[in-house]
Amino acid sequence: MPRRVLIGFVTILVVCILWYGMTTGLGIIPSGRFPSPAETWSALIHVSGRGYGGGDLAIHVYTSLRLVVLGFLFAIATGVPLGLLMGWSRRAEAFINPIFLIIRPIPPLAWIPLAILWLGLGDAAKMMVIWFSAFVPSVINTYAGVRNIDRPVLEAAYMLGMPKARFVTEVLVPGASPMMFTGLRLSLQASWTTLVAAELVGAFYGIGRVLNVAQQDLYPGMILVGMIAVAILGWSTTKALGMAEQRALRWNTAALAARG
Amino acid sequence: MNKQISLAHSVGLGFLGLACFIGLWHGLATSGLVPAVFLPSPVDVYDRFSTLLERRFAGATLPGHLAASFQRFAYGFVLAALIGIPLGLLMGWYQVLDEIVSPLFDALRFVAPIAWVPFAALWFGTGIGGPIMIIFAGAFPPCVINAYRGAKFVDPRLIEAANMLGTPSHRVIREVLLPSSVPSIISGLRVSAGLGWQSLVGAELIVASAGVGYMMVQGQANVSTTTVMAGMVAIGLVGLALDSALRLIERIIQRRRGLDQ
Repeated sequence: MPRRVLIGFVTILVVCILWYGMTTGLGIIPSGRFPSPAETWSALIHVSGRGYGGGDLAIHVYTSLRLVVLGFLFAIATGVPLGLLMGWSRRAEAFINPIFLIIRPIPPLAWIPLAILWLGLGDAAKMMVIWFSAFVPSVINTYAGVRNIDRPVLEAAYMLGMPKARFVTEVLVPGASPMMFTGLRLSLQASWTTLVAAELVGAFYGIGRVLNVAQQDLYPGMILVGMIAVAILGWSTTKALGMAEQRALRWNTAALAARG
Repeated sequence: MNKQISLAHSVGLGFLGLACFIGLWHGLATSGLVPAVFLPSPVDVYDRFSTLLERRFAGATLPGHLAASFQRFAYGFVLAALIGIPLGLLMGWYQVLDEIVSPLFDALRFVAPIAWVPFAALWFGTGIGGPIMIIFAGAFPPCVINAYRGAKFVDPRLIEAANMLGTPSHRVIREVLLPSSVPSIISGLRVSAGLGWQSLVGAELIVASAGVGYMMVQGQANVSTTTVMAGMVAIGLVGLALDSALRLIERIIQRRRGLDQ
């Protein structure tokens, strides 16, 4: 769609010109409110060179990225098996579901004060809240995914006397995977939101820490740099997950087509 | 799928599950293995919850904090719906607008709502304006996306039929396009309410001087785990009530449409 790309390109260009015009050119927006492109650039140089909020950009990005990836993987490693179990066994579902029903309405961000009380301001508390925010969507969507598998497929597997282990790896997991990946994408988004919030509340390093210090210093250029960093990190991890999904679902052309 | 089980069996197992969960929590808290400061028992949390209903903590009682939070939430949510739904619908109907707005929207989508906190505080202060902006940032995208989907995926045959019968375009919008996008809009509102409520909690943890989130931060600063947990319970209950209310509206609308057809 060349027309779409062209209009998109023009829009972004117009926004950039407006940004320059309103800040540097005409001075309608004072620099205390929103930074000019030059101020943003100098803030970027500042944080990547001399460092800001306790470290340079690389350390902050590394800290945040590492926490999200670890917390997310940990949540998958625990959430997906539980979801499979709940999807497969009606007993497990009946036993566990009510516990979920009472915990689920509490937003992950509300666990932050408790995590700080329990584990302090370091990495452990962040891992806990990220795990929490990513765990729930991965369980629920895996569970829904198993329930979505065509009954005849399951019955055929039973009838042919498939061993349990192979049943899990060759029927249950692949069958649930389209929904599972939807859940993982939600989990990933939730992980970023929670991490940024947790770092804003209190941290030693990380993008949220940069945002927090910049807010206290009234440094709009640095705030914008922090926000752009959050967006780029969120975008690239989502892309990475999308690529993993493409590989994992390669056998399932219908599911891939549905995703566009 | 494993074998089916009877309803009574399933309810029984459910209660057993809850009992195990609460029993384990209570047992762990009262056994002395974990200090009470870290893990108060469910009874302690309940006591604290009922105390907070009457006694002030961090400037207000729990209902007072909840009222402050809910007011902010209502402003932010209504604002997001008022701007987001028309924008989404227009984007669905007019391709040019879609092509202009989509790249900007996609670029902004990856900024976690909570990352707007510093600018929100800078632009609108930490009283009521800042938190409203954060709630708006959380609740806005689902409103736009679902209204857009609702408008875009109208059965083309309906539009063709209306056009063929010579319906004027304002009537096509009012009587064909709008009604068929309602279900999608309502489910968007439900997602939005959830995200908005969660963003509110985040905003209040970071910048605010009243509200449940603020109460929890104060509880945390005073190492009052019971206050923090009571706050979590209150937040969960309000979130649940919001979701149930919107679910009810969704069902009423669906039923009315079922009768209409």
